[in-house]
Amino acid sequence: MAQQELDHLSGQTTTGHEWDGLKELNTPLPKWWLYVFYACIVWSIGYYFVYPSWPLISGYTSGIVGAQMRSGALADYDNGVKARLANAAGLAEAPLEKIKSTPAYLEFAMANGKAAFGDNCAPCHGSGATGGPGFPNLQDDDWLWGGKLADIYQTLRFGIRSGHKDARDSQMPAFGKDAVLKKEEIAQVADFVVSLSDPAAKGAGVDAGKKLFADNCAACHGDDGKGNQEFGAPNLTDKIWLYGAGKDKIIAQVTEPKHGVMPAWEGRLDPITIKSLAVYVHSLGGGK
Amino acid sequence: MARPVETKAFTLEEIGYSIFLALLAVVCVILAGKAWEPQMAFHAVVGAIFAAAGIFLIVKGFQDRIAQPVQTVDGRPNYNYAPIKFASIAAMFWGIAGFLVGVIIASELAFPALNFDLPWIAFGRLRPLHTSAVIFAFGGNVLLATSFYIVQRTCQARLPGIVTPWFVVLGYNAFIVIAGTGYLLGVTQGQEYAEPEWYADLWLTVVWVVYLLTFLMTLWKRKEPHIYVANWFFLAFLVTVAVLHLGNNVHVPISIYSYQSVQVFSGVQNAMIQWWYGHNAVGFFLTAAFLAIMYYFVPKRADRPVYSYRLSIIHFWALIFLYIWAGPHHLHYTALPEWASTLGMTFSIMLWMPSWGGMINGLMTLSGAWDKLRTDPILRMLVVSVAFYGMSTFEGPLMSIKSVNGLSHYTDWTIGHVHSGALGWVGFVSFGALYCLFPWLWNKKEVYSLKLVSWHFWTATIGIVLYICAMWVSGIMQGLMWRAYDKLGFLEYSFIETVAAMHPYYAIRALGGALFLVGALIMVYNLYMTVVHGEDAESVATGAPALAPAE
Repeated sequence: MAQQELDHLSGQTTTGHEWDGLKELNTPLPKWWLYVFYACIVWSIGYYFVYPSWPLISGYTSGIVGAQMRSGALADYDNGVKARLANAAGLAEAPLEKIKSTPAYLEFAMANGKAAFGDNCAPCHGSGATGGPGFPNLQDDDWLWGGKLADIYQTLRFGIRSGHKDARDSQMPAFGKDAVLKKEEIAQVADFVVSLSDPAAKGAGVDAGKKLFADNCAACHGDDGKGNQEFGAPNLTDKIWLYGAGKDKIIAQVTEPKHGVMPAWEGRLDPITIKSLAVYVHSLGGGK
Repeated sequence: MARPVETKAFTLEEIGYSIFLALLAVVCVILAGKAWEPQMAFHAVVGAIFAAAGIFLIVKGFQDRIAQPVQTVDGRPNYNYAPIKFASIAAMFWGIAGFLVGVIIASELAFPALNFDLPWIAFGRLRPLHTSAVIFAFGGNVLLATSFYIVQRTCQARLPGIVTPWFVVLGYNAFIVIAGTGYLLGVTQGQEYAEPEWYADLWLTVVWVVYLLTFLMTLWKRKEPHIYVANWFFLAFLVTVAVLHLGNNVHVPISIYSYQSVQVFSGVQNAMIQWWYGHNAVGFFLTAAFLAIMYYFVPKRADRPVYSYRLSIIHFWALIFLYIWAGPHHLHYTALPEWASTLGMTFSIMLWMPSWGGMINGLMTLSGAWDKLRTDPILRMLVVSVAFYGMSTFEGPLMSIKSVNGLSHYTDWTIGHVHSGALGWVGFVSFGALYCLFPWLWNKKEVYSLKLVSWHFWTATIGIVLYICAMWVSGIMQGLMWRAYDKLGFLEYSFIETVAAMHPYYAIRALGGALFLVGALIMVYNLYMTVVHGEDAESVATGAPALAPAE
């Protein structure tokens, strides 16, 4: 057996083994280390007496408290929801106008609406509800399907082109793709549509476009081009464009229109949250 | 050196490996022809090329060798360093690749437009490329190099066989190539840290078993009566990783001609097996095996005996016994039964001191040699790695406590925790080991420039501090924002607001990662110069490198 040596720097002896020049000291276990280790073991054993911990052949040791994280969390959630509703008793049955005019209801609906909007609506309409290309701005007073409380509520519940049987639905014909109008005619219509919101713009096709518009577009967008919320036909006389401004964008939309989809939220969000969202969106600034 | 003249003939080992590789090549060619998907065909072709290259190397090795390698020269062990050299260089290559991909995905998180809408470099594909490259490619090659070095030196015995050590090193790197190219092509079985598909798993199993046998046979041939502590840790790593790999890859291919497979476990059982695997990949791959590196390189570099033999025994057995139970703490507040969750948490708490045993043994080995930290940046790197190890093995048990986990889980705090361990502990202990190994393997006096090591140390340290502080702040902020309620009980913040709030920290994290990468590039230059321009050591190639204390 190898010889133990004294290490002068530490005052400890070595174990007497040597590997490739490496030796080990006989230092005992650090006391604090050992006691903290024991304390962790004792703490763990204590834990086993209190909480569910060890599996048995069928079932498990439930411990004195027998706490269940899941049932506890669900109970907490239910209590939270109940406490929340206690502040707004009767809101579920209240008509939208009453929610808007009752301060306690309104406070609840605005808080609920803001939270629900952030996680459900903001992905398309933006955190500030200002929309983006293809997704309407909800802050202005330009509404495709109506900006009254009841209109917004209906849109929220059933969606737009969502496949729900009560969904708002309409389709603009593909004038170019289906060869209803010729390419030049579409350009003329576009010139006219541009002139509706910008009278200074005098495109070459404005006059011809005016007639084409009356024959093909006015049925939905109106003779004056101010749109029709019955069909979700946009007002073309303002400078708000869902799919982009300018003649090229208009030609593209007339040739092969894009049709936006909004999901139906009924069944996905609870009825109170949908009501709250209607009130919240209505209050953003553009509600009629 | 004079070698005894022998008549040269193919050994049984060479013939065996050649037949195996030839069969493999044939199977790969058939698979390539009948593959259902282009990805499978591609991997089968790669497999066939690798197998053919293997046969070529065996034949070339036979032509080049004079006779059987001798076990000793002039009474000293004739160590086999060539596969270790390969693994050391591969470690640096994969390290740079892995760190670079890490910086890229960190930048993609801060600035999502950087993925340029290309599927191959989208976060979802690059993330497993990053984790596998740093853990299995960089870390794995560091472990191959250090384990083969340490087991030979501490056993005074040569690695067995002619082909076998090369089969382990090259076979392992072939696995890395198959796994990594698969991720970019969308080939994954979707198990975190076990993404490679069934055929890569089978190949790794073969390589790993040979690795284990190589290690055991070297131990068997040892001249020392006792087994050095580093080898216990390597052995625990080799055995446990084999078990974990088999346990978490129980997948049935939908056809041998398809890369796709179906996992056998489902639901919460699958989650439990996954995190038993995932946590012990940390425990046995990134902790036990790197502790083995620490147990060799710290006392070597400090030129001091290991602080406490008794502590090394107790903390070794406690560590490997307790670690294997701690996986469920990854699944608190999920469908996992509460008893399993509690059990995992308590075992994580009990693991705290056994983990710290390694830190104490590492740091206290320095007692009497602390002054060397001032002059030796390599030792400083090794010691700071042990300090990071201590920090993250305290943070781990802390985060496993359910109420803490309720805040930290799914947040960036977890990412920060992992990287304080990965960059600080695994990274630094690996760098320290490579700085020692290169001069020893290439028979040089010292690394080319200790000053550059210092630069590496400080650049990387600042990088790590930026990284983990950014992730702590953003993680805790994220957790607090997720659970913030207004006075009516509605969530205060929408999810997207929490994402937007993290942007500055993501940018800081990317900067920290970039500094870490720059540090590693400095190391690559330094070690390249060491090999090419370093001053030769006086001792002969097989002799023990005289460990010069730092000037």
